[in-house]
Amino acid sequence: MTRPRLATVWLSGCSGCHMSLLNLHGDLLELLGRCDLVYSPLADIKEYPRGVDIALVEGAVANEENREMAGIVRSRTACVVSLGDCAVNGNVSALRNPLGREGTLERVYGEAAPEHGVARLLPTALPLHQVIGVDLFLPGCPPAPERIRWVLTRLLEGRPVALPPEMLSFG
Amino acid sequence: MPRLTLTINGRSVSARRGDTILAAARRSGIRIPTLCNLEGLIPAGACRVCLVEVAGYPRPVPACATGIEQGMAVTTDSEPLAAARRTTVELLLAERNHSCAVCVMNRHCRLQDLAARLGIDHVRFAFISPLAGVDMSHERFGIDHNRCILCRRCVRVCDEIEGAHTWDVAGRGAASRIICDLAQPWGTSATCTGCGKCVQACPTGALFEKDAPTRKGTMDLAGLAQWRRSRK
Ligand code: SF4
Ligand code: SF4
Ligand code: SF4
Ligand code: FES
Repeated sequence: MTRPRLATVWLSGCSGCHMSLLNLHGDLLELLGRCDLVYSPLADIKEYPRGVDIALVEGAVANEENREMAGIVRSRTACVVSLGDCAVNGNVSALRNPLGREGTLERVYGEAAPEHGVARLLPTALPLHQVIGVDLFLPGCPPAPERIRWVLTRLLEGRPVALPPEMLSFG
Repeated sequence: MPRLTLTINGRSVSARRGDTILAAARRSGIRIPTLCNLEGLIPAGACRVCLVEVAGYPRPVPACATGIEQGMAVTTDSEPLAAARRTTVELLLAERNHSCAVCVMNRHCRLQDLAARLGIDHVRFAFISPLAGVDMSHERFGIDHNRCILCRRCVRVCDEIEGAHTWDVAGRGAASRIICDLAQPWGTSATCTGCGKCVQACPTGALFEKDAPTRKGTMDLAGLAQWRRSRK
């Protein structure tokens, strides 16, 4: 049997969700021993590969680059997991949404606001599932390492994943 | 005290005439989720989280604001009710800016807790993201409209218990806002006594104490209400 292919993706988030993954310490080595990490900001792989089994996606979809990446991830991945509140509901990345795109640029750059939006911001930062189909939601800011371990273990074992209420909370 | 009998989830229950379905259920150990209800305050039926089915009624009714009747058959837990509750809470989350991670009440919030209990792992609706505003003009307290769910617990506690009636609701639907006196900054209110009851009553991070640890204290509102009634 081939080993499951795992990817982790960093859209518009603070990397805290990835930090939480790293906080699995020894358990992370154990998990990575059971799959192949084929793409991640933690590894130097330039292009998102094809045939990925599981992708953990951190961060909201806040600019055109994020949107393109989300589309690529969806088309090449069997199971897309929305990792953390920013991916699940916008959270910190969406704090700018009430201001609108122009209002945000103005707040950040003031007079120096670049004429052509620097990061090609979308009008609002969007939850991942409003841009692509998502198979699983793992809320939390960041999701506790134990939550990530629980979900990954079950996914790698091909068991059903329904998070219990204590693992579901936002924030 | 005249008593009535009814069935809740098929169980026969005896309750006092004048009780609400919620009170009768609680007394018989049946848990119905609530959000806008606060014991000691007049029910508002504002959040619709406590919806239950009553045999013969065309649609679900709020348990907190519906009186019992002899022979009533109530169902508090069914697939459609669970779906309705989930939708209601998702709509509440979509209506304002509930970024739990950066909220003073993170992990001590009833809305957050309810969402987890109802199994809400994401919101299916588009977020409205209103520019709702924060009023920090009061010396000791603040109100963040981004977190307000319009449950009116603050309005009711200030009116019914403190007797100041500082708060009210202005506007309609999703554009409704809690207002202070004549829609003025809280810090300029002539009626607010600074008692803090509204802050204690608020189930979310909308009303908070400045420079205080995030956990709101608990207050025996039921006891206070009883005391007030006994003085009438
Ligand atoms: S959910 Fe929290 S930890 Fe994760 S990217 Fe967003 S802000 Fe950072
Ligand atoms: S502090 Fe007391 S008087 Fe002032 S608005 Fe709140 S409940 Fe009313
Ligand atoms: S401020 Fe708090 S208590 Fe008042 S209506 Fe809003 S959520 Fe309810
Ligand atoms: S608790 Fe009954 S309607 Fe809100």
